[in-house]
Amino acid sequence: MRPSMLGGYRALDLTDERGFLCGKILAELGVDVIKVEKPGGDPARKIGPFWHDQADPEKSLYWFAYNSSKRGITLDLESVEGKSLFRGLVQTSDFVVESFDPGVLGKLGFGYRELRRIKKDIILTSITPFGQSGPYSRYKAADLTLMGMAGELFMTGDSDKPPVNISMPQACMHAGADAAVGSMLAHHHRRMTGEGQHVDVAMQHSAAWFLAQTIPHWEMENLILGRVGTFRTSSRGTLQRQVWPCRDGYIFFFMIGGQQGAKTGYQLVQWMEEEGMADEFLKGYKWEEFDMATATQELIDKISRPIAEFFLTRTKKEALDAAMSRNISICPLMGNRDLLEDPNLAARGFWKPIAHPHLRTTIPYPRQFARSSENDTETRFRAPRIGEHNTEVYRELGLSADRVEELKKQGVI
Amino acid sequence: MTVGANLVFALVTKSWQEAGERSQESEVTDTGKKVFDDLKIAAFSWAMVGPLTLKFFADYGAAVIRVETSLRPCVTRTSAPYKDNIPGINRSGYFNHFSANMMSLSLNMKSPQGLDVAKELIAWSDVVMENFTPGVMDKWGLGFQELKKIKPDIIMVRQNGFGVEGPYKNLAAFGMILSAIAGIPNYIGWPDGGPLPVGVGAYTDSISPRFASAALIAALEYRDRTGKGQLIDLAQFETALYFLMPGLLDTCVNDREPVRNGNAVEWAAPHNVYPCKGKERWCTIAVTEEVQWPALCSAVGKPWLAQDPRFDTLKRRKENEKELDEEIASWTKERTPEEVMNVLQAAGVAAGVVENASDVFEDPQLRRRGLFWPMEHGEMGAFTHLGTSMVLSETPAQAEAPSPCIGEHNEYILTKILGKTDDEFVELLAAGALT
Repeated sequence: MRPSMLGGYRALDLTDERGFLCGKILAELGVDVIKVEKPGGDPARKIGPFWHDQADPEKSLYWFAYNSSKRGITLDLESVEGKSLFRGLVQTSDFVVESFDPGVLGKLGFGYRELRRIKKDIILTSITPFGQSGPYSRYKAADLTLMGMAGELFMTGDSDKPPVNISMPQACMHAGADAAVGSMLAHHHRRMTGEGQHVDVAMQHSAAWFLAQTIPHWEMENLILGRVGTFRTSSRGTLQRQVWPCRDGYIFFFMIGGQQGAKTGYQLVQWMEEEGMADEFLKGYKWEEFDMATATQELIDKISRPIAEFFLTRTKKEALDAAMSRNISICPLMGNRDLLEDPNLAARGFWKPIAHPHLRTTIPYPRQFARSSENDTETRFRAPRIGEHNTEVYRELGLSADRVEELKKQGVI
Repeated sequence: MTVGANLVFALVTKSWQEAGERSQESEVTDTGKKVFDDLKIAAFSWAMVGPLTLKFFADYGAAVIRVETSLRPCVTRTSAPYKDNIPGINRSGYFNHFSANMMSLSLNMKSPQGLDVAKELIAWSDVVMENFTPGVMDKWGLGFQELKKIKPDIIMVRQNGFGVEGPYKNLAAFGMILSAIAGIPNYIGWPDGGPLPVGVGAYTDSISPRFASAALIAALEYRDRTGKGQLIDLAQFETALYFLMPGLLDTCVNDREPVRNGNAVEWAAPHNVYPCKGKERWCTIAVTEEVQWPALCSAVGKPWLAQDPRFDTLKRRKENEKELDEEIASWTKERTPEEVMNVLQAAGVAAGVVENASDVFEDPQLRRRGLFWPMEHGEMGAFTHLGTSMVLSETPAQAEAPSPCIGEHNEYILTKILGKTDDEFVELLAAGALT
């Protein structure tokens, strides 16, 4: 087996769904990530979807997805015994990742200052809705609140309807991934200097980091780009379609023109011509002249009409084939079933079957987020059951088997 | 379908200075310490994925050199908006938004001398980053195997749309295509409508850089420990699926495709976007715990709603969600979204402004955390650069230099970094290698 990049390091993962992804990324880079749950299990195990829709803490697919490659223990951080065990764990760890509301960890006696006293160079990575301090730090938030306050929501949806959110929570993904980068930045600094630190990640902030396509328009033109549904817009308010109905779904395409986009325009028209569906105007159109910044709505509509009619006669598969064989910048909107059978993912071995013996089944997981020529970066094993690695981990701390049994009876673990 | 205007609208002018100069408490202190004291990156980067990845290194002290050419400038340099509406290669709001702290070397890769300079630069670098269509680097003779000959322990990070190998490798890989092929629009829309794209456009461009950066820092440690460099191959397509995993497992296990339900969720009600006073003003409200429901009813001055049999449990509120939303909207539409947020947050209910670009630009929480860096740009003058996405207590990101004009650092890089004499530099200029 190939070595991992970060073998030999350990992280304690105290997060709920706000921060799962951070530990998942660290684990796949080789860190021994131990998910620490309260006795009885993390409430985030109640998040669906569930295996065969059975709402059971051992059957949450959300839990499976983002806690695979981690080991799992239970621990009551509020009890005296539990605190002492946790101190022992911190002494053997390099990272602590948490997503409690600001101040909660401190009240438990494990704020950054206290953790540093236990392990001098520890890295504490905190993931909260708005950050550790500041005017909004105590605010309550759901993903909907955060995507709204991050500027993403305002722009998504139809122009004549309210903004609409991505139904798969995303602010926690941006923050979880940032937290992994922040932990690694802090780790690099520690490697060079021996100094640990506190990484403060905020979900609103991480989700707002990607507004390159809106902020400059506001600052430079005093323009607020609104919702345009299935269209694309320009500073002048002209609109062109980007989602086009086809025979069995949708095709994504928009005109770019100019030096870079002309080729796609000509190739598309040639395809239409071969199928007898290009009108005289399109056949003679000089795509180099198209520029979304200056094109009139009349021109855009004139180009769009025959294209819309043509796409209605094509299937998703035909669109994808044409994209590859004719080098046209179009693609079908894939469904999840399409993705599970996708030839590019298959060619790269993206789906890795992982056994779930208790469910007597095997589930395909994304194998890895990055392929490395040297290191193992794969999803290693399924997510832990409640307290699954208690004996293993506490024995590693030097506790006897009897002592572990005793702690179980006392409800500490 | 007819296309309406009125979708882009100008608001009252507010200058950037107003927001930038307003005295704000800041989270970020300059400790004088940097994460990367001695890391060197040569970047053959295009569009947004490359620069956003480089930010995690440039903002923390690494020397990052963007290899560009004015013969085929990056699409983000040639896109509106331009400063004062005057097109120019150094004037685009896009490129300059996310290129702070980086250097620019303009190099004609088609000239032999230009290619030689690129190879010298690679020999100097720890890391080579690229996100072109697969084949571009190889055509220049700068594939991973060739790079290793130049620098045996080089780390190469390739972030192509679909990966280095695979049947889709030549597909156009800009963010709109990648979002569609990852199925993201399937998660957005109304029960009676079709799928909708993410409003910010090239959404997947924000995903891959985080994964690439975490992997690269880990690979640096592996190199330091073993002396071995490596190739890291990320497909933007695949990292996007990491943001959607529960939906994919739902399809695997339960054979279910994503459904579009507007802003509704099974586990909370009210949970929606509501209209507020003013044009295109909206707020979000999410009652995620049962105790918040009576708290909300009192806060909006309708305490009787808490006992109303249509709404007294989550199950009933879900059954009568349309009426519930009407009751709430009748209160929100008389108020600004800021008022709604303040009143409901004071009552312990998740509520927020649906922030537009102007709101985000002025957001006090984001400002104090360093999301924006106002700096003086060489050609544009005052311009707000994208700052950091998180706060590190000991080594916070620092705004040190504005985005570079194309080729701005040619002389510095060639004479100070690569050790060319002034004569050699002039020769390269004359040969047209530095364009």
